[in-house]
Amino acid sequence: MSMAADKPPGAATFCLGLVRRQLTLAARRPIEIGNPLLFFAMVVALFPLGLGPAPDKLAGFAPGILWIIALLSSLLTSDTVFRSDFEDGSLEQLLLAPQPLFLSVLAYIVAHWLITGFLLALISPLFAVMISLPAGAIGTLMASLLLGTAVLSLVGGIGAALTVGLKRGGMLISLLILPFYMPVLIFGSAAVQSAVIGVPAGPYLAILGAMLCLAIALAPFAIATGLRISVDA
Amino acid sequence: MWSFFHKLGSPPWLYRIAGSILRWLLPITLLALCVGLVWGLLFTAPDFRQGNSYRIIYIHVPAAVVALAGYYVMAIAGAVSLIWKMKMADVAMRACAPIGAALTFIALVTGSIWGKPTWGTWWVWDARITSMLILLFLYLGVVALYEAYDNKEAAGKACAVLSLVGTVNIPIIYKSVDWWYSLHQPASIKFTGESSIDPSMLYPLLLMITAFYALFTCCLLMNMRADILDRESRTGWVKKLALEYRA
Amino acid sequence: MYFDSLGAALAMEGHGGFVWAAYGICLLVVVLILLAPRRRQKKILLRLAGEQKRQQGNPTTVEEGK
Repeated sequence: MSMAADKPPGAATFCLGLVRRQLTLAARRPIEIGNPLLFFAMVVALFPLGLGPAPDKLAGFAPGILWIIALLSSLLTSDTVFRSDFEDGSLEQLLLAPQPLFLSVLAYIVAHWLITGFLLALISPLFAVMISLPAGAIGTLMASLLLGTAVLSLVGGIGAALTVGLKRGGMLISLLILPFYMPVLIFGSAAVQSAVIGVPAGPYLAILGAMLCLAIALAPFAIATGLRISVDA
Repeated sequence: MWSFFHKLGSPPWLYRIAGSILRWLLPITLLALCVGLVWGLLFTAPDFRQGNSYRIIYIHVPAAVVALAGYYVMAIAGAVSLIWKMKMADVAMRACAPIGAALTFIALVTGSIWGKPTWGTWWVWDARITSMLILLFLYLGVVALYEAYDNKEAAGKACAVLSLVGTVNIPIIYKSVDWWYSLHQPASIKFTGESSIDPSMLYPLLLMITAFYALFTCCLLMNMRADILDRESRTGWVKKLALEYRA
Repeated sequence: MYFDSLGAALAMEGHGGFVWAAYGICLLVVVLILLAPRRRQKKILLRLAGEQKRQQGNPTTVEEGK
């Protein structure tokens, strides 16, 4: 029984442990990971059904359609990031832990993003092909989704933290975070659109990157405060 | 100086001070509104391009300006209540939300009505109108969040956090929407872009903007008084007030 | 005044409907946000006064009885 074993783990070890824990918990319920992806697939089918199957018409709207669906999937999954841990009390334990809450919260969001937005970005080429997005734009689509869904997860985390304690949460989180989703949508779809017409998408991806940096720097503060409010309520 | 802040935190003191301010501010506000409205409606010459429909500017622009400023007032009040734990700042923040939402609604509706004779459609997705719409959603979000919490103290704190997040986002949203609009529309139409506005039109506009700021303050103070009464309804001074109240 | 008559002011060279509708809606909302807090204040004070009168008339409170 050495003295080193009595020291609480450092922040980095703790956070990596948190990420691993969240991923393990999620892996035990693969259906919950699959649900948003299935949603993505079905809504992709809705657009041709609503707009008609003509490939050129679909291709014209494809960047916006893909991004809107990614946004809606993010919206659906945003509520789950803290809920189960809130309900069984582990969130309360997290707030009492000595490790900085900023980093622990970031670990939660990273784990959540890995099983939602990240996977979405990986399978997006499949749906891009289904709605006739030109092949040259698929790389930009994936890059924009990787950056953008990370921002969406961070912003969604703020809404989740503020509403996790509410019984009648439901639609409220969507109302709260949709306005904050809009700039990401604007620049994400613009990036893909510019790749479609052959213009370099770099600047738009850079703006998304800047939004991501801002979100990583500021969102955890709001999330941590929101969690404290929800747990204390 | 410090005792001033301390007094600000005292509900009965705030109630009385707000009441005495309202006694002169409310009549001045109503007077300014009437003068400004009549001036703009009847005593200014019509615009060369838009004709008489431009008169809507005298209510559209003031409502929009004060609606945006009101959000910042709400966020600052929320920050004060979070950082210094002043209950009265929380009351102020709460009172701002419905007023701001109402003013944003006025700005949107009047803007839409103005658009019809000017460009032929009821709704145009241009940068300013779209940003106003998003501002309305932000206000309604704060109201919805407050209503969803049962514990009203936690509700105030949550709304403070939400308003602060909104404050950080408003410039980002506005810039994004502005850029998005310039990307998708030819930058030919510029609707209130009268950069050189005639003085005879400017003065009534400035008067109306001031009047709307005063209106916001009046409604804020009145809402705060009602809220204070509600929260402090178990205390002696409120019960005494109730007994002395003559409808 | 810019307009020659009340009729001209109402018509506003064809734009009257828009201008008066906009001003009307604005006025309606402004009146609402000015009156709503007063009504709320009145409701609260009247309710409290009623409660206290009922307590005074019904002396089974802790202060009265044992």
